[in-house]
Amino acid sequence: MSTPHIRQGSLEIVDQEKIISRGSLYVAQARLTAMMKWIWMILAIAVANPVLYLLSIGVGVGAFIDKSAGAAGIDGVKYLTFLAPALLATAAIQGAIDESVFPTLEGFNWWKNFLGMNATPISGNQIATGVFLASFVRVVGTVIIYWFVMLAFGALESSKAWLAIPTAVMAGVAFGSITQAIAGLLKDENMFFVIFNRFVMMPLFLFSGTFYPLSSMPIYLQWIGWISPLWHATELGRYLTYGHALTQTMAITHMVFLLTLLVLGIFFSRRIFTQRLAK
Amino acid sequence: MIISAAVAIAEARRGRLGERVYSGRSRAIFERGYIAFKSSTWMVILSGFVEPVLYLFAFGYGLGELIGNIESNGLSIPYAAYIAPALLATSAMNGAIYDSTMNIFFKLNHDRIYHGMLATSLGPLDVALGEIGLALLRGFLYGVGFMAVVAPLGLIPSLWGILAIPAAVLIAFGFAAVGMALTTYMKSFQQLEIINIFLLPMFLFSGSFYPLTVFPEWLQFIIKALPLSQAIHLVRGLTLGQINLGLLGHISYFIVMIIVGLFFTTKRLNALFMK
Amino acid sequence: MSSPLITARGLTKKFDEFVAVDEIDFDVARGESFGLLGPNGAGKSTTMRIIGATSQRTSGNLTILGMDPEKFGPQIRAHLGVVPQQDNLDMNLSVSENLYIYGRYFGLSRKFLKAKIEELLEFAQLEEKRNAKVESLSGGMKRRLTIARGLVSEPEILMLDEPTTGLDPQARHILWDRLFRLKEQGVTLVITTHFMDEAEQLCDRLVVMDKGKIMAEGSPAQLIKDYSTKEVLEIRFGSERNSAMADQLRGMCDRIEELPDRILLYSEDGEALLEKIYSAGLHPKTSLVRRSSLEDVFLRLTGRTLVD
Ligand SMILES: Nc1ncnc2c1ncn2[C@@H]1O[C@H](COP(=O)(O)OP(=O)(O)O)[C@@H](O)[C@H]1O
Ligand SMILES: [Mg+2]
Repeated sequence: MSTPHIRQGSLEIVDQEKIISRGSLYVAQARLTAMMKWIWMILAIAVANPVLYLLSIGVGVGAFIDKSAGAAGIDGVKYLTFLAPALLATAAIQGAIDESVFPTLEGFNWWKNFLGMNATPISGNQIATGVFLASFVRVVGTVIIYWFVMLAFGALESSKAWLAIPTAVMAGVAFGSITQAIAGLLKDENMFFVIFNRFVMMPLFLFSGTFYPLSSMPIYLQWIGWISPLWHATELGRYLTYGHALTQTMAITHMVFLLTLLVLGIFFSRRIFTQRLAK
Repeated sequence: MIISAAVAIAEARRGRLGERVYSGRSRAIFERGYIAFKSSTWMVILSGFVEPVLYLFAFGYGLGELIGNIESNGLSIPYAAYIAPALLATSAMNGAIYDSTMNIFFKLNHDRIYHGMLATSLGPLDVALGEIGLALLRGFLYGVGFMAVVAPLGLIPSLWGILAIPAAVLIAFGFAAVGMALTTYMKSFQQLEIINIFLLPMFLFSGSFYPLTVFPEWLQFIIKALPLSQAIHLVRGLTLGQINLGLLGHISYFIVMIIVGLFFTTKRLNALFMK
Repeated sequence: MSSPLITARGLTKKFDEFVAVDEIDFDVARGESFGLLGPNGAGKSTTMRIIGATSQRTSGNLTILGMDPEKFGPQIRAHLGVVPQQDNLDMNLSVSENLYIYGRYFGLSRKFLKAKIEELLEFAQLEEKRNAKVESLSGGMKRRLTIARGLVSEPEILMLDEPTTGLDPQARHILWDRLFRLKEQGVTLVITTHFMDEAEQLCDRLVVMDKGKIMAEGSPAQLIKDYSTKEVLEIRFGSERNSAMADQLRGMCDRIEELPDRILLYSEDGEALLEKIYSAGLHPKTSLVRRSSLEDVFLRLTGRTLVD
């Protein structure tokens, strides 16, 4: 048995400056490496999800709606075209939630790897930002794939359609940053997300003007759209993909809403992560 | 020699059919489930009930306005009445699948609860039946709850519709039995995900939202063979009062699922715990 | 004498090609405390699970209370209380609920269990914890609860797989005390352990197992007498010099064992041997004379230590 040498001056190996300036990139890199293990699964879902939904609801339900709507269409277009931007934003949001909530629960509650990271010079702020950046990358990928599937289905009619990519990404990461902050608060998730999915996500998905114009819902339910990032992103998406009527004021309102959410989400995630790790 | 009560009880079953796998005490497993119930579990169950109701309002009424009536077996039916039975069948399926996959997987691989159970004079079939019993109770509650919402809205035009409740239990039984059997073969949570990957397309294409007639013949043929499509047609036949021999076919389908599921679950539990 | 409760002949268990239990023979008599002593991987737990009718043997004969576990699993399990190596308490239930529902698995009535639970909570010193969640219990409390749970059906045989592994010394002593009480009440105990002190304390008779085989059988005292000397002298010269010195010491005593950190010298009189070593001009850094233990028996039988 030989005695291991104790390395002197290990501080020189760890470059403090580098970690302080790039810590969040390291965290994001760790997250993305973890994601790469499931990359085929992630890609398969990213492709299958739009194909299945667009076929089943867009084409299937669309056949009945287009028949009964006649030449006027829904909002002036085929049902598929009307529905697609809403599903695009939904996929962005779902992807962002997956990539922010599970890593956060894992990091704090299940494997507690955030505590380990925090024992190095990486700060709580950097961990929060790193998780956010990784989910950003995932969302961009998901949205681009979705967009091309929409293109293949012939659901993009406007030359501005490509701009629906950034608006959907924005909606996704804005919502994701908020759920990341919430997940950071959970000590004992206790099926929180089963409940969150059904009582928050499901109603948002169903009542944000996703499947029919918000204005055709009873007035007392329309507030759901106003607080829903999905509706704001869908309105923008519809304008960009097929020229849905949108005033400049409303367009700015939608943008401001999503941006505000994003800023709040990032601010609170960083704060909550730092406070929790400081305990 | 003094014989303990536990020994007397076990001896009383000597010579009965299947005594090595079944002790007639699945009630005890059921009782455990009842005691282990927590407030959060209640919320999950409640949320499973809320889901079809939300879909009903969003799709049945929202989309219904755009679609109008739909043809089913030559009858013209309001859209909400058309999708309501499909939503009931789907929630019976989802509840049963959740209970019999995630839940059971956790107990099999992490809690080691079954190790404890099977070290007593219980057998694997007791465990399977007891766990599935919980899924049935859930199917029953969903059936009753959904009917209580849907019937006053006039979406159950036929008196036969009351049979949709036992039908939901039967459907839950079938899915739970097969789901549990599959779970005993799974090695990781990721493998369990495969079940979910199969469920989503089944939900989207099994004729929940529109008649299968929009699909090409060959695809219709495949879809009709899937369990959810069988379930939807069974429940829809009952709620719309379209009673015919086809319903017996659907019922037999689920009975076969139950028998096959229980057979493999028992066999696998035996193999897993008698290694 | 009545016939043995458990009889194993040529008992063998293979996992695919790997032989975990290799043609072992043993008997357990009513009321005795029988031990399986061996290092990790010896095949103790596997043997316990076969006896517990939760694992099927590959070959050989086994009867428990005259029954073959292959044919009468549920009936045999009704006679047994099982304390597995890894606690498998029901984390969703409280302490008393764990006892209750386990009794229900045996089909016992609510009325019977109500009284039984009180008795067991007292036995396990868990009365104050009756409504506590299992998660909040310490390791020793969990172990006591698992033992209490195993007793709920009033079994004739209690099977304990490494009852005190992972517990601190105080918790171990509490547990040993509880097990003595059970023995006094006439419960037959089958215990596995890789601690020689536990085997010496608890077992009337034991088998020493290694790599699936039984190496020796007897009471602790008899085994020590048969396979070791009365005393052992442990000396250290420092890790570099031990093996060179061992060669010089050979011949000065009955038997010598060289371990990585020390040398063991077997002799009827340890002090006298130490004198002899000093007078030969050798000066160990440390020395210790002690009585032989089951550890020495195991070392003699296998050339390895029990706990590594
Ligand atoms: N289910 C199993 N499958 C394959 N190998 C096993 C299984 N259970 C035990 N073994 C192997 O059998 C040997 C004996 O294990 P075990 O009976 O647990 O030993 P002990 O309890 O004495 O530590 C070990 O090498 C172990 O890896
Ligand atoms: Mg062991």
